[in-house]
Amino acid sequence: MSTVNIIDFVYLISAVLFMLGIKNLSSPATAKLGNYLSMTGMGVAILATLASPDMFGFTMIIIAIAIGAAIGGYAAVKVEMTSMPEMVALFNGCGGAASALVAMAEFNGQTATFANFTLITLLLSIIIGGLTFTGSIIAYTKLQGIISTRPITYPFQQVVNAGIVVLTLFLTYTVFQDPSNLFAFCMIIVLSLSLGVLAVIPIGGADMPVIVSLLNSYSGLAVSMTGFALNNNALIIVGSLVGASGLFLTKIMCDAMNRSLANVLFGAFGAVDESIADGSEGPAGSMKGFEVEDVAIALQNADSLIIVPGYGMAAAQAQHVTRELGDFLTEEGVEVRYAIHSVAGRMPGHMNVLLAEADVSYDQLFAMEDINDDFSTTDVVLVIGANDVVNPAAKTNPSSPIYGMPILEVDKARTVVVLKRSMNVGFAGIENELFFKDNTMMLFGDAKASIQNLLTAVKE
Amino acid sequence: MDTGTIIIGLTIFVLACFAGAELISKVPQTLHTPLMSGSNAISGIAILGALIATGRPESIDAESVIGFFAVIFATINVVGGYMVTNRMLQMFKKKKRKKKE
Repeated sequence: MSTVNIIDFVYLISAVLFMLGIKNLSSPATAKLGNYLSMTGMGVAILATLASPDMFGFTMIIIAIAIGAAIGGYAAVKVEMTSMPEMVALFNGCGGAASALVAMAEFNGQTATFANFTLITLLLSIIIGGLTFTGSIIAYTKLQGIISTRPITYPFQQVVNAGIVVLTLFLTYTVFQDPSNLFAFCMIIVLSLSLGVLAVIPIGGADMPVIVSLLNSYSGLAVSMTGFALNNNALIIVGSLVGASGLFLTKIMCDAMNRSLANVLFGAFGAVDESIADGSEGPAGSMKGFEVEDVAIALQNADSLIIVPGYGMAAAQAQHVTRELGDFLTEEGVEVRYAIHSVAGRMPGHMNVLLAEADVSYDQLFAMEDINDDFSTTDVVLVIGANDVVNPAAKTNPSSPIYGMPILEVDKARTVVVLKRSMNVGFAGIENELFFKDNTMMLFGDAKASIQNLLTAVKE
Repeated sequence: MDTGTIIIGLTIFVLACFAGAELISKVPQTLHTPLMSGSNAISGIAILGALIATGRPESIDAESVIGFFAVIFATINVVGGYMVTNRMLQMFKKKKRKKKE
């Protein structure tokens, strides 16, 4: 067996380790093991590559790995759990950049000798990797609040974007015909980078879970393309695994909002709707603000409680005090559960991670389909900074933009307590008739402070 | 690259897509964030290509310089991705409830 064969065989082993790693993510009990298996796969693949006989520049490699490990490690240790969506977006962007750079290096390395297929996959890797890089950075700045989470739109936006796509494809064809055309090659890089920016700016805050998943899928696709170009099976396999994973999550997120991917990408959902801003379509009735003491009495009299967290809980960092309240009520004999909508928060599973950080046992967390039937027999539902995912208009109002979206049917509970920062409409900019219902108690203010006060009040 | 190699590559790609979709459909909602950050870390496998690009030239040239930056980006992705995933997974615990009298 030649060295190349041995290296390929080691790549196969690491691919198996990656698959076992993901397989073990199917349960929280085995997930940690899964992550270690996956790390082992990566380590083995890296060592095999370094052992290849035609490697020379070890000094540069060691310096680069040291720099990357220091940055990545520092960021991973320092990041707050509430900021996890933007961190994942940023790491993802690095992956996209790496794929694109590898393709560029390869292009530079052996311009003269390209087969057609290699050339096409190299160019695709640069395009997809490049737009993943800038798209992820825009997603990061949006999630961090550096730029507005509202969709940024301008006239003929989609025409402009479509034009850039067509131009990029045309240039790709040009370079394909003449690989020595350096100007066209550089233009492809510039255009793909700007495409990432332009494609993500019109996407609103509430749609971020979809876009973070989709960018994840793109980075996988870019890796696969690089793998084709380098004829490296490890890259092809892993890239398609990641691509499929990202696409699958994207689909779950879209289904959870009853919207098509096209609608998410091009719909500019959550752009300020003038007709709603006029107040002309507001629901009848008025929101009833309650005092902490009133809510505390409702909680003290309850036998069952379901807590519904949303992005507001993350924004207020209220997960720890929420768990304290839950634990106290459990001690008092109340049945406490958490209901989590798939698109609550800013990335898939965002709420679960925060509650896990706060030490909530994962068997208390329920997905929508597992708990929706129980709301009608529940005494109190505590909605913490969630809005659209509990909006009954999704079921009752065909003219609502979220009509048809599967929701947590909290309005069926005997009493609904909604913790909300202010009277304003939520991220998607839609009025919520739940807030006006007779069995709804609104408690305005910062979620963390409100729950802290509630906890003090129920203890009395 | 001959057609046979391309076909083998495509075969691997398609089969791995199906395997990926199948594996991932078993992951519960609770673990979707670790799944994302974990698969994100795996996509840092582009580091293999980056290492080759950096290490292959016998002296420093354009290829190895681009490769150098590729290794940095890929390492951030791999190290950061695995470490945050690990940090998150450490938190998923099943509490032993105190039995109440």
